[in-house]
Amino acid sequence: MKRKLLCISIAALLLPAAGNVLGQAKPAALKLSDGMVKIGVLTDMSGVYSDLGGQGSVTAAQMAIEDYKAQYKPNFKIEMVYADHQNKADVGSNKAREWFDTQGVDMITDVLNSGVALAVAKVTQEKKRIMINTGAASTRLTNEDCTPNTVHYVYDTYALANGPGKAVTKAGGDTWFFLTADYAFGASLEKDTSDAVKASGGKVLGSVKHPLNASDFSSFLLQAQASKAKVVGLANAGGDTVNSIKAANEFGLTKNQRLVGLLTTIVDIHALGLPTTQGMMFTEGYYWNLNDDTRAWSRRFFAKQKKMPSMLQAGTYSAVTTYLKAVAAAGTDESAAVMKKLKELPINDFFAKNGKIREDGRMVHDMYLVEVKKPAESKEPWDYYNIKAVIPGNEAYQPMSLSRCPLVKK
Amino acid sequence: MTEIFGVPIQALMGQLMLGLVSGSFYAMLSLGLAVIFGMLNIINFAHGALYMMGAFLAWMGLEYFALGYWQALLLAPLAVGLFGIVIERSMLQWLYKLDHLYGLLLTFGLALVIEGLFTNGYGVSGQPYSIPEELSGAFNLGFMFLPKYRAWVIVASLAVCFCTWFVIEKTRLGAYLRAATENPKLTQAFGINVPLMVMLTYGFGAALAGFAGVLAAPAIQVSPLMGSNLIIVVFAVVVIGGMGSILGSILTGLGLGVIEGLTKVFYPEASATVVFVIMAIVLMIRPAGLFGKER
Repeated sequence: MKRKLLCISIAALLLPAAGNVLGQAKPAALKLSDGMVKIGVLTDMSGVYSDLGGQGSVTAAQMAIEDYKAQYKPNFKIEMVYADHQNKADVGSNKAREWFDTQGVDMITDVLNSGVALAVAKVTQEKKRIMINTGAASTRLTNEDCTPNTVHYVYDTYALANGPGKAVTKAGGDTWFFLTADYAFGASLEKDTSDAVKASGGKVLGSVKHPLNASDFSSFLLQAQASKAKVVGLANAGGDTVNSIKAANEFGLTKNQRLVGLLTTIVDIHALGLPTTQGMMFTEGYYWNLNDDTRAWSRRFFAKQKKMPSMLQAGTYSAVTTYLKAVAAAGTDESAAVMKKLKELPINDFFAKNGKIREDGRMVHDMYLVEVKKPAESKEPWDYYNIKAVIPGNEAYQPMSLSRCPLVKK
Repeated sequence: MTEIFGVPIQALMGQLMLGLVSGSFYAMLSLGLAVIFGMLNIINFAHGALYMMGAFLAWMGLEYFALGYWQALLLAPLAVGLFGIVIERSMLQWLYKLDHLYGLLLTFGLALVIEGLFTNGYGVSGQPYSIPEELSGAFNLGFMFLPKYRAWVIVASLAVCFCTWFVIEKTRLGAYLRAATENPKLTQAFGINVPLMVMLTYGFGAALAGFAGVLAAPAIQVSPLMGSNLIIVVFAVVVIGGMGSILGSILTGLGLGVIEGLTKVFYPEASATVVFVIMAIVLMIRPAGLFGKER
């Protein structure tokens, strides 16, 4: 152990010298607060969303930093911290404040759970740092509550609702019934989807509001079945979605009606298995088995985490990399300068092709309308989706003309 | 079609049937709680965690040992029961002489530890568990399609509840048990091993929770938090039925399931609270619960 430490310290001393010997021109030193760039991953480490972000997001951020160091050999120090916000807005905003005030954190990422995200956005603005949010769903982050310091990176309820709302309606599923979680998130998801359905010429036959964490959904599904709607939209998340799908399958609803998840991810499909979920449609911001780039990165992630990445986790990797590039380009970690670079530079990596961060903070990139494979079609573990359509970024996300963000000049 | 308050009678019948299914779970879980409270004077907050363990053991059996649903239905409750016995011998037995509060705190802590361990090991999003071949499909009852699995849940839980009631109320063993509850010292003086009976009772209550867990596994998400979502309602059921009353907990469990089912039709937003509203009313009118005896 001691010898190992010794070797590492000797290596560390020698490396810069070696660089000089090879005659690499050292770029001008960056102007950094506390002499380093520090990234904070604030996520749900043990609660209901911990499989979506959690340890996987921490791993992804770590990978991003290691890869950046290996590829670009930056002449500045990069550190990372992480914490559990327990899905509580006060815990999250206090942690963010502590990080900004005492630990010199420059950028916070993940921050899933819209309630926590909105609270952290306020603190971030006040302390003039940056939040690149890869976890929360609410469109408020780039509308009413947009700030010059927020980037919303992976997805939002508009993009999730819009894709299936339009595509499924146009493909013949023109009558809808909603199963809606009875709180703000469910209501906004239902409204966004209803709008998209109506805009595409469909009709909404009704909805039933269920309490959060209702374990038995059979009764609600019977009502959905009785509505005779062609499509049943699940405006809920996590365990509620899983239990809705299980019951839908049991009651034979999937024989005559199509289930559309409005916030369904690969984590849920993995939890349910293909026999139960086949034929479901929904929108994802990322799928590991899309092309060689995504497969290569995701397999590396799998080796560390024993799970394929969710769109949040892949997005966290991309967000950290993008941020580090912007810092290098700006030559400082001062937030206004970095934000300017973030909004200038196009994002091209395995996660996003020609991604662009808009004036309101929305990162616009292509989304994928997926259909869950039949068990026979799946060739390997985690091979779950057929890509039905690629929704171009400018169609997937809310157009700037509808923006309610005060930063946007009209 | 005939309608009641704007709801077709057929839909209503269907919902009644479903209410009976969720009532079966309530009945089985509250029965376990009632037995444990009646015998040990322990308010067993770990019941939800034991229920979750039952479901998880079923999944583990399938995943690691290729044990099917039917084997799990037998083995998982046994394993959970054994686990219960270990808890009783190692921890609970020292608390009987103390206030109820200590048992409550200990079991609540245990529940958090068990759920925490499972969350750590398996994550929160749950594990897949499908309905066994023999029970997939549905019966056409005329007014609704009743999935065979749900019918089986009703049958199995009613059978278990009836057997428990029969053993405790109608057999010699049950008579010993009741005597030991009434006056442990005197019962021991007659040569009956009371600590052994207490231990077995806790094990049995735990096994009941495990059994309910296995029954639930194909129907709802098998996740570490599945117990904590349900346990509060089950406690309300026990309070309404009367703490410690066997028949009371079975009947209230079924009845409340049905009432909750009807609420889901007429005013779904209230379906999570209706049980607690009833609890408040019952406590005001009959503080000992519907079937409880005031002491």
